[in-house]
Amino acid sequence: MLANQIGYYSLIAGLLFSVYLCVVSIKDFNNTNRNVSPNLITLSFLQLTFVVISFLSLILSFINSDFSNETVFNNSHTTKPLFYKISGTWGNHEGSLMLWLLVLTLFIFLFLIKSREQPKKYRILTLLFQQLIIIGFFLFVLMTSNPFNYLFPIPLEGLGLNPILQDPALAIHPPLLYLGYVGSSIIFSASLAAVAQNYISKEWGQHIKKWVLISWIFLTIGIMLGSIWAYYELGWGGFWFWDPVENVSLMPWLTLTALLHCILVLERRGALTSWVVILSITTFTLSMCGTFLVRSGILNSVHTFANDPARGIFILIFLFTLIFLSLGVFFLFYKDNNKDSNNFFWLSKESSILVNNWFMMYFLSVVLIGTVYPIFLDVISAEKISVGPPFYQKLIAPFLAPFLLFMAFGLKLKWIKSKIENKNSLIIFLIISVILTFFILKNITTDLFFYTILISAAFFLFFSTSKELFLKKFNNISQAVAHFGFSLLILSILFNGILSSEITTNIKVGEKYNYNNEEIFFEKIEEKNESNFNSIIGHFKITNDKGKVVELNPEIRVYNQPIIITSEADIKTTLLEDKFLVMNIVKGNEYFNIRYQVKPFMLWIWISVLILCLGGLLSIPKKKYEK
Amino acid sequence: MKSKLILIIIFIFLIFCFLIFYKGLDKPNTYTPKNNIEKNLPIFKAKDFYSNTYINSKNIFTEENYYIVNVWASWCVPCRKEHPLLMKLSKNKTIKLIGLNYRDNLKNANKFINELGNPYTQILIDKDGTLAVEFGAYGVPETFLIDRNKKIIRKFVGPINKSIIEEIKTIIK
Repeated sequence: MLANQIGYYSLIAGLLFSVYLCVVSIKDFNNTNRNVSPNLITLSFLQLTFVVISFLSLILSFINSDFSNETVFNNSHTTKPLFYKISGTWGNHEGSLMLWLLVLTLFIFLFLIKSREQPKKYRILTLLFQQLIIIGFFLFVLMTSNPFNYLFPIPLEGLGLNPILQDPALAIHPPLLYLGYVGSSIIFSASLAAVAQNYISKEWGQHIKKWVLISWIFLTIGIMLGSIWAYYELGWGGFWFWDPVENVSLMPWLTLTALLHCILVLERRGALTSWVVILSITTFTLSMCGTFLVRSGILNSVHTFANDPARGIFILIFLFTLIFLSLGVFFLFYKDNNKDSNNFFWLSKESSILVNNWFMMYFLSVVLIGTVYPIFLDVISAEKISVGPPFYQKLIAPFLAPFLLFMAFGLKLKWIKSKIENKNSLIIFLIISVILTFFILKNITTDLFFYTILISAAFFLFFSTSKELFLKKFNNISQAVAHFGFSLLILSILFNGILSSEITTNIKVGEKYNYNNEEIFFEKIEEKNESNFNSIIGHFKITNDKGKVVELNPEIRVYNQPIIITSEADIKTTLLEDKFLVMNIVKGNEYFNIRYQVKPFMLWIWISVLILCLGGLLSIPKKKYEK
Repeated sequence: MKSKLILIIIFIFLIFCFLIFYKGLDKPNTYTPKNNIEKNLPIFKAKDFYSNTYINSKNIFTEENYYIVNVWASWCVPCRKEHPLLMKLSKNKTIKLIGLNYRDNLKNANKFINELGNPYTQILIDKDGTLAVEFGAYGVPETFLIDRNKKIIRKFVGPINKSIIEEIKTIIK
């Protein structure tokens, strides 16, 4: 109860600090001192401290199962394990906004410490823009989603956390994703400040690159964890469903990836400045837009916690205020200082990055339209449609092959002016790729022509990045690692998509079922009781034609608070493929419904994303862009 | 000139997006599928709230009447909100209300009833929450409509509101 009070008043204190910070920074802005007043850093630190206190007191309420707190009552239960009590703190609307605030204040504080050698006015403006965002979020939390609402009489028991959210991958997925999302807020504020100060330059590029990389890494890992969770927990047997909520995390990723490459050009050549600014603005706007779409209940998904129109309207107005503000700043202050430098020689690294940008913009618009169009159509014509995977596959696949080919060529190019070297090895790689693909696919797919082109392009990229990574001297290891990871990712996804197979059938204990040279044997069932759920575990043995036996034990869980039945898939992962088995109860019957899937290269999807991130990580400590 | 035109176009487009989203907010996109599947009443034994004796379910749903089973608890905040509506509904002669006191403290439950009135012809105690599961409840409050053939014909998740009351009234007419 005390924690409740402390948390609430710390939040208000945090908001007051924001206002005070704005006043002090405006004063300091007009001051003739050469450096930012140390007061600002102290104030920013105090603000962070209050938000941390507030966040900790919410966690404490969750740990103590203090049901006088409405958020705890709605999302927790005494029988829940401690780990999920803690992770339940951000597994709901109010708590997740607290997390936003925490990261927002943490990042601006870190920014102030880490930008000491930057111009004073630029730093203060960044602080001001960031505080605007922070004030918006404070008001949002306090006015529409207060996490410290008080309940009386105090309920004996809470309503419980949605069981499908009780998962280790999901416990850390929101914090990491938010670090990425919110990290883009610093890029947003900094780029607006730099535009206003006419400071978009090589030096600025160098300084902001770290922030872009950090956000990009967190966003990538955050998306991957969400995807792993969907694969293990939802039991749909896939890792990406083009669900609107997945899309809203992918969109900032696409712009951030494009931005990352533009920053390299800016750092090196002082060019592409308008791209950099626009991408910075779009990345954060898309992150906010994601928050709006998910939190307002305008989209229906597992992430929709509450349908409170007041919340939706608040975020919507806030979002558009930021968009108009940033566009205003851009149109009023943006000057292209360096017009000549935007004329690139057609065969150069700069041009290839520009091509990469346009591809990213295309992919972005496909995802954006697919996500938002149903909402527009619903409002205009009251017609409900659902945009599914075929839409995205049809529109993205044909452009993927040229994209991969361009990428493979682009990696070889040098800055300013370049020639294609080693023409022979390129041609040999291309021929090997096509032949290899043809023989792999010959007996598998019906659409041979299309897939041959697509996968040859993927192989071609894979070969050239591998060569870069393993055969060349390590002159640019981070780039080589990241692109190698990306090519591996694309290859794994494509093969996973083409070679996956699945079977759904009803089976009872003691029965056998034959499928694709494999025999599925349902041995027995076993019952188990845990503190927060009871479970039925099925024991299955899968024997292949070589007599190798794999045991799979999928589970059906009946959670007690709230009462929800979930199916836990059992997955046996090997280097080459995943065997995935999930079972369901068939009502009033001794039969169980099972779905058995063989999914090749699943492990490689996760590994390649990690390699991709490692590439990003390696390039953080670098002081200057190397050759 | 050209850049001004672009600016205006962008501005109009953004305003358009804003309006669409604003309108979209009015249309809540979550919908619960209507549970129209008829289900037999579970057979059970439960303690009576006042006499503290066990009663068989056959002796509860005896009359040729529509019944409502309402899952409630004194600690449940929305229950307080729906209670006046239940009180009104209980004045209707063609329907009988059975209360299912879910995971509650007897003292608090008594206080709740004394304070807000008793719409129920009978209250059953569900101390450990198993009875609610038998009915297929997700939580509190939840309301089940039972027809003359002793079948559960409707299930309302969450607190009762005026439109649900209207729906019930048209069914039992």
